[in-house]
Amino acid sequence: MERIPTAMRLNSQEKAMLAGESGQAARLALQMQIKVGEFFGAEDFVPVRSAHLAADAESLRDFGVKYLRSIAARDGRFKIPTTINAGAADPDRPGVIGQDQIWHERTQGINAALEEMGAHMCLTCVNYQLLDQPHLGEHLAWGDTGTVIWANSICGARSNFEAGPAALCAGITGRTPRYGMHLAANRRATVLVRVSARPRGRGQWSALGGLVGRELNDYWKVPCFSGDFGSPSPDELKFFGAALASFGSTPMFHWVGLTPEAPSLEAAFGGASPQRTLDVDDAAVAGFMREFTPDQDSADVVAFSAPQLSPTEIGDLAGRFDGRRVSDRVLCLATTSPMARLEAERLGHAAVLAGAGVELIAGTCFYVMAPHELVKSRGFRTIVTDSAKLANIISGYGYQPALRGTSDCVDAAITGKIP
Amino acid sequence: MTRPPDLELQGRAGVGPPVAGVALVSQSGFSARYDLDREAGVFSRPAHDLFGQSYLGRILVFPTAKGGIATSWMLAEMASRDMAPLGLVFSSTNPVMVQGAALADLPLMSGLEPDPVSSIRTGDRVELDPAAGRVRVWRAECT
Repeated sequence: MERIPTAMRLNSQEKAMLAGESGQAARLALQMQIKVGEFFGAEDFVPVRSAHLAADAESLRDFGVKYLRSIAARDGRFKIPTTINAGAADPDRPGVIGQDQIWHERTQGINAALEEMGAHMCLTCVNYQLLDQPHLGEHLAWGDTGTVIWANSICGARSNFEAGPAALCAGITGRTPRYGMHLAANRRATVLVRVSARPRGRGQWSALGGLVGRELNDYWKVPCFSGDFGSPSPDELKFFGAALASFGSTPMFHWVGLTPEAPSLEAAFGGASPQRTLDVDDAAVAGFMREFTPDQDSADVVAFSAPQLSPTEIGDLAGRFDGRRVSDRVLCLATTSPMARLEAERLGHAAVLAGAGVELIAGTCFYVMAPHELVKSRGFRTIVTDSAKLANIISGYGYQPALRGTSDCVDAAITGKIP
Repeated sequence: MTRPPDLELQGRAGVGPPVAGVALVSQSGFSARYDLDREAGVFSRPAHDLFGQSYLGRILVFPTAKGGIATSWMLAEMASRDMAPLGLVFSSTNPVMVQGAALADLPLMSGLEPDPVSSIRTGDRVELDPAAGRVRVWRAECT
């Protein structure tokens, strides 16, 4: 049986915060962090360099808008650099793809409160590609699982999944309870994944992450991959990690020779033996993708999303759609950050996509845009995507997903048929 | 309840206030974003073993927490509309659930012996005492 945790050890700063000397918002934030810390048996707090906060209107709705306003009004201010995740609407394109105006209004309310608190309003789930590259061993309080798995695995930094309320607290107090991924013992691999598959592109890389995540399905299991990884691009790794985190609720992976805490199998496992071994070949990856096949072959939505595309990926997509035209029966969209959209506009990629009928949407991600309402208002049933994470999430919103490679997704957008 | 419980689970302290209600037990994991229609108050993911069932007024029992971070805000948001489950019990949970339960002041317990998923049955009456790390269970057929 797990031990009943004792109260946390607080330093003089934390005691002062708890006494209200740093304001009411900081006191409330620290109180909530103590509840979480005590649950997980944290002995003390650890200072964090930055926070990454998810506060999308699809999750928060009217409650969240009021809550964030109340924290801002109680002098809630971020003490450390705090970046903001993708929201529920594109702030510059209200009503895009037929989204109800309420999501734009809620998003404006949330963004105004967070800006007042001093957040960096980058509205991106790929802060690590654009703004914040953590280093080995530093402590963070990041939310959005894709950012956390990247920070822990690729960078060797240390963060738990800090969901919106927790990242909000950490941004205000500048610290987080020391438990979970902040402790070396929890970062050691326990499951060995021997990979003979040679994935290519977003579809296959995210499928590899998704199928392993689905097998693990446990925050406290850390997989270590071994096998020739064939030098994936940062974007392929981004989709791989995001899918692993989505299917497995997995905060961290090792890959021998690729990630900083896995120079060898022995190092990754801390000298212990794997509790379990999985083997993954190309057939397993292909089979996983085919599991996501709707009962009809007409494509309603084609989405390049989850995580947001980088400027490189938008350039690639523009090349694929150049001179072609999305079928009138299909909504084809790509989501990215406001920063990357500016770059796509500067380079002419945005104009190419617009000419082909691809909606380039920034500051959000398809699954947080209240997609269940579009099922009703636009009659959508199927969605084709090269993101296993999106395929995983979207079925709860009433869609039948097809998980395919990027080329197949482009073809589906042009022809209206799911390959 | 005057009759002694049929079963008692014990473990680490949870979060939130004590609560009593009827259990709804799942063999699937749980994520509010992945699995729920939060307007209708039902499980909306076809692959979930509670698909189509209402979670309102129930204490939900799951083997594991699943998916991303959205559930944290969603628990408080659902509670603000009286559309949250009464409480959550996990065999093993993750930080997202605990952070969300702390904000929502929703009872959440995990790390119990015996395992809640295999020992509690749907329809059982359960009492959660998070501070004491104790769950008391009365079988449905005996009440």
